[in-house]
Amino acid sequence: MTTLLEHRYRAGEMHRFQAAGEEFVYMPQAGAIFALDAATNGVLGLLQDGVAAHDDLVTALADQGMATGDAEGLLRELRMVRLVEAENVVALAPIVDTPPDDFPLQALVLNVTNQCNLACTYCYEFGADKISTQTGKTKYMTPETARAAVDFLLESAKGREAVHITFFGGETLMNFRLLQDAVNYADARAAETGRRVTYSLTTNATLLTDPIIDFLADHAVGVTVSIDGPAEMQDARRVYKSGKGSYAVILPRLKALIARHKTRAIAARVTLSAGVTDVVGIYHHLKHEIGFHEIGFAPVTTTDEGHDFGLNGDGMSAVLAGFNALADEWLEYALRGEMHGFSNVSETMSELVVGTNKSHPCGAGLGLLGVSPSGDLSPCHRFTDADEHVLGHINSGVDQAKRSDFLTRGHVGSKYECTSCWARPLCAGGCHHEAFVRYGDTGHANLHYCDWIRGWTDRVLDIYGTLAVRNPEFLERFADRKGLS
Amino acid sequence: MKHLKPLNVKARRIEADISAAIEEDVVALQQAPRPHVPLGCSLSFSPGWEVDASGGTAGLCQPAERDIYDCYVTCFWPVQMADHVNYSADWASNCAAATKDWRSLDIVFP
Repeated sequence: MTTLLEHRYRAGEMHRFQAAGEEFVYMPQAGAIFALDAATNGVLGLLQDGVAAHDDLVTALADQGMATGDAEGLLRELRMVRLVEAENVVALAPIVDTPPDDFPLQALVLNVTNQCNLACTYCYEFGADKISTQTGKTKYMTPETARAAVDFLLESAKGREAVHITFFGGETLMNFRLLQDAVNYADARAAETGRRVTYSLTTNATLLTDPIIDFLADHAVGVTVSIDGPAEMQDARRVYKSGKGSYAVILPRLKALIARHKTRAIAARVTLSAGVTDVVGIYHHLKHEIGFHEIGFAPVTTTDEGHDFGLNGDGMSAVLAGFNALADEWLEYALRGEMHGFSNVSETMSELVVGTNKSHPCGAGLGLLGVSPSGDLSPCHRFTDADEHVLGHINSGVDQAKRSDFLTRGHVGSKYECTSCWARPLCAGGCHHEAFVRYGDTGHANLHYCDWIRGWTDRVLDIYGTLAVRNPEFLERFADRKGLS
Repeated sequence: MKHLKPLNVKARRIEADISAAIEEDVVALQQAPRPHVPLGCSLSFSPGWEVDASGGTAGLCQPAERDIYDCYVTCFWPVQMADHVNYSADWASNCAAATKDWRSLDIVFP
């Protein structure tokens, strides 16, 4: 006797959203985005309350006027895409794999000095939450170390045609001569092997001079300026050791930078902290009064105590309201075919266009490593000079056991709380460094901003859907965009 | 796909995979216009496990254990079978005619 199995279905894992009067779905297992038609919408409606039998679904669709063959075809399509799945399917445990030891390096962040001429009160390198252990260590990277780092990068990059070097600090320009030397050396070495090196630096802009700007422009060094906004906000926490604000010093230098440096977009990177939450006001000041091409925002990293600079619930609400207002502007621009400078939207859009599905929140320890002034390797610039996080040395190479441990713990599959979150393909648990500061473990999910991440991702999906309906050509512009952060 | 419209690179890859699967990859053994007989079995002129060499079921292995034995000799059956190439070359030495001697096929302890 044969017993036929009754196929019963449930809805697969998905995040549904509406935009411009249409229905869409974001699929976390793949990072895929689909527009749904009315029939699909109907099937998902029938599965809203749980499980339904195949035959019952076909009957229900037939009652709505669909031919039986078409109904079978629809269910087959949804099954293959996994919008519906058999009720007894058991999700596989996430696979936590680390890349091979010879995974080719793509970028180094050279911490050219751990010294800074400012004393920003929230700084993760000097402030209350610092993890670096700088006592007794080299304060300025030597040209020999920088050259060895360049050699290490080119050697470890294997088949890559282009690699990237980011100069970081401390205040990067306090060691500008080394930066110059490293760029010239790397260009020469790369030319010997027919490869390319691209550059970027982050600076507080206090030490910019016309000759420095010209060098950066001539070598197409991308510049990101850490700045918090108009004078009263910049001077609240971005101060000299005397407590004097830095706005008046940097303003004329920023104007010169933007006027003279045309080879790369000039970006501003704003740290949001207590009292510095007027996202819209800051954006318009930096974009229209100073002239930055792109402006990105991130809340300050801090522990639970928050100190005097951490953002509380009200602060984060104000930030999200500001982000939403700027997102509205971004969409208005995009519908006209113009690019808006709010890079938090642009970055997420470019990930959604590709369908990014991350195993790790960022490239730290994968294609990217930080290098301390003394040549120690770390997962990224935020772990520079922190003994506990050293991953080797440019002369001896990567400590594979430590790297593997870092990547295993940081893998999204290791973060239990992330397994049921639809935003995990883009977030993957969030910043390793922030997790360490907050929870004492680089592999801990950053649970304090989950709602925020989901809210923001949903907002950008809404923009995505609207553009897919009303200006789909605009989405194609993001195909080649590469995130720089 | 008729009902879903892919809107990003990953969705388009899923669409392409599904189209390929429908057209090329998966074929039911009895699917028209003719039965598809598993390759190894059809080459050795011995019965397969769902249809026989003529596309029917009359010539299927009897008893069921014959099926296992046939896979051991002619097909790749990765899990249940003794490894007759490396470790258990004499596994079937007591089983000259599988339809009669199948009981002498024993469990292997690697």
